Amino acid sequence: MALGLLDALGIWTFCSLLLRGEYWMAVGLAVALALINWIYLSKRTYPLKYLFPGLFFLVLFVLYPIGYNIYIAFTNYGTGHILSKEQAIAQIESRLYLPPDAETFDYVVFQEEGGTGFAFLLYPKEGPALFAREGEVVPVAPGVPGFLDQDGDGVVDGAEGYRRLGLPEVVQNLSTLQAMEFPYGEKILRMTSLQEFAAFERRYRYDPEKDVMVDLLSGTGYRPVEGFFTSPEGEALLPGFTIFVGGRNFFALVTNPQISGPFFRVFAWTFAYAFFSVILTFALGLFLAYHLNNPYLRFRKTYRMLLIVPYAIPAFISVLMWRGFFNPEVGVFNQILYSLFGIKIPWLQDPFWAKVALLLNNLWLGFPYMMIISLGALQSIPEELHEAAQIDGASTWQRFWRITFPLLLVSLAPLLIGSFAFNFNNFTNIYLLTEGRPPIPGAQTPAGSTDILISYTYRLAFEGQRGNQYGLASAVSILIFFIIGTISWINFRFTRALEEVSENV
Amino acid sequence: MYRRPTLVGTIVRHLIIWITIVFALFPVVWILSASFNPTNTLVGQRLVPRNPTVGHYQELFTNPQHPFPIWILNSIKVSGLTALFVVCLTALGAYAFSRFRFRGRRGGLMALLLVQMFPQMLAMVAIYLLLLRLGGFLPAIGLNTHTGLIMVYLGGALGFNTWLMKGYFDTIPRSLEESALIDGATHFQAFTRIILPLARPILAVVFILQFIATYSEYLLASVLLTGAQRYTLAVGLRLFITGQYTTRWGVFAAASIVGALPIVLIFYLLQNQLISGLTRGAVKG
Repeated sequence: MALGLLDALGIWTFCSLLLRGEYWMAVGLAVALALINWIYLSKRTYPLKYLFPGLFFLVLFVLYPIGYNIYIAFTNYGTGHILSKEQAIAQIESRLYLPPDAETFDYVVFQEEGGTGFAFLLYPKEGPALFAREGEVVPVAPGVPGFLDQDGDGVVDGAEGYRRLGLPEVVQNLSTLQAMEFPYGEKILRMTSLQEFAAFERRYRYDPEKDVMVDLLSGTGYRPVEGFFTSPEGEALLPGFTIFVGGRNFFALVTNPQISGPFFRVFAWTFAYAFFSVILTFALGLFLAYHLNNPYLRFRKTYRMLLIVPYAIPAFISVLMWRGFFNPEVGVFNQILYSLFGIKIPWLQDPFWAKVALLLNNLWLGFPYMMIISLGALQSIPEELHEAAQIDGASTWQRFWRITFPLLLVSLAPLLIGSFAFNFNNFTNIYLLTEGRPPIPGAQTPAGSTDILISYTYRLAFEGQRGNQYGLASAVSILIFFIIGTISWINFRFTRALEEVSENV
Repeated sequence: MYRRPTLVGTIVRHLIIWITIVFALFPVVWILSASFNPTNTLVGQRLVPRNPTVGHYQELFTNPQHPFPIWILNSIKVSGLTALFVVCLTALGAYAFSRFRFRGRRGGLMALLLVQMFPQMLAMVAIYLLLLRLGGFLPAIGLNTHTGLIMVYLGGALGFNTWLMKGYFDTIPRSLEESALIDGATHFQAFTRIILPLARPILAVVFILQFIATYSEYLLASVLLTGAQRYTLAVGLRLFITGQYTTRWGVFAAASIVGALPIVLIFYLLQNQLISGLTRGAVKG
């Protein structure tokens, strides 16, 4: 029953895809539909019946985007290069020009009686009138069936089934009428003004054999260069189209000084930001956990509850709150600093202080998590170890650094690495607090002093002043893929998750 | 590992903890105070406002310039539906992984783990372009639709949750279902009548974790939602504080309080169950 509905919907979509010429999508859909039917009708596929719904979304919205992302990273896709080559050719070829000696026509507009279609009678300077309507242009002389010569001057001035429109009605429909084009031989008839029709000519013609776009007016040949049809003098025709550029996006990140300079700063800051975030939050979290774990301390439950407040608030809300606090003129931090010490710190404006602000904000966001996991780990350290060390005469300080801390690190390392990977991509913190600002002077791409790789990707793709650089953005995201992959691999080695998996199976 | 402390040591320890508590709570208290402060600007705010007012809260729900109630409802709708579907899809998948023995099972589990390591948001460009194209012929799931956004979230949420749930299913004894199967129940009946009721705690944990994560997600929502009427709170809230925000500080503060309240409540009510889940799943967004 449900399957039948799904099939009906799928076939309908399939047809609409075919009509729009999205053949690859149509094929994909057909394969998916066949697969669904097979899975849910066959008896042998019972595990897939359970897995398929999840797999479907996983493939469509994770695996496919990853693959597509890799493809885009090797193209110049972006503003000015959105269309495919065929689409760009069609657009350029549709351009018309008016030759100086173009034939002109007086005209009369008609409308179908009881319909909406328009038609024209066009009168050239000499020769018989032309009747033009959607899809055809025919010469008409008096006596042609269906046409009338009402005033008997030897020129057709009416058509059966059509009503002549007066000037007010013409003006009313002017934008529709002006957009109408009638191919007539090699030429195209089109309205030029309220008084006149003219025979336009196509400006460009694409020669598929030589792969060259010819300007019929001047005879110049435009050849495809870097996703633009370009003349020998270097003049490019818009729009451009998407081409495969190989590894150029990646090379640009390393070799083009205007791109690579800012890119390396972003790259370094990403690592520094993630590293210091983990160190600072872990230091404070562990410190608190160590004391909250002390059985002689009173109010431990209450303290713990109060200390995890930052963790309970959605990060996007807290970060925006802090943005207000950091306001250099009227924010609360500078108000306090000013009243206590008479100083004002240019938070969010100076590159250095913007970074301090981010770390401070992230310390507040992250320490409760570190405190919670440290508490858990501390409680799992056997008491006997401490007793033994105490008998051997180790001080509290020594016992912490020689016993507690190493044991903690062993059990917490995977979580710390996970936290590093999380902060490596902590878009919310960066983007909502500083938006990557202040900008790096002289950067060709939208790179800021506090941008990390993920926010840099976002701004390249969606916020660039020079348009959307999807290709370059995808290249950066692939770099992040690799870095995160390496980090996760290291993490695997720590947790031995792979072995666990094998044992579990 | 701890010695009985001296009096001075105890006092110092409490003092240090109280300083950190001030650090942790000050921003919250300050925002709370701003939301009742009549001036609506950052300037001249004090900890305890003079002439406290609920005007900002009223403005929040009535001023047509910023459709805050719509944003909150959008957030709840998107997060609720995402969490619901994630629970359904992962329960189905986890059941198959936990109970059936089939070719590719081990490979499938490993693949889930590997896919999960790559954050979905990295493919934002491709996801954006995918929805842009999908929207061309299926406008209902294109850009700026909640359906599209929810479907994207579903793709990204399955790996980790399937593992979490499979782990729980593994602890439910097989004998329960086997007796049902002998009595003539189908696998699907055994799944819905026996496993699901027993697995209620983990279903709840996955639902809540996913709800919180989706509620807080910013990047994909901001890429995919383009119209202010469709914004989730995460995308919309930013509008209060960019531009001329110094003059809307009080309203922003009220919006923050209202927006954070549901999540904070859930968090504190269920903190024990959630914290174990969260700490296993690395870091909350």
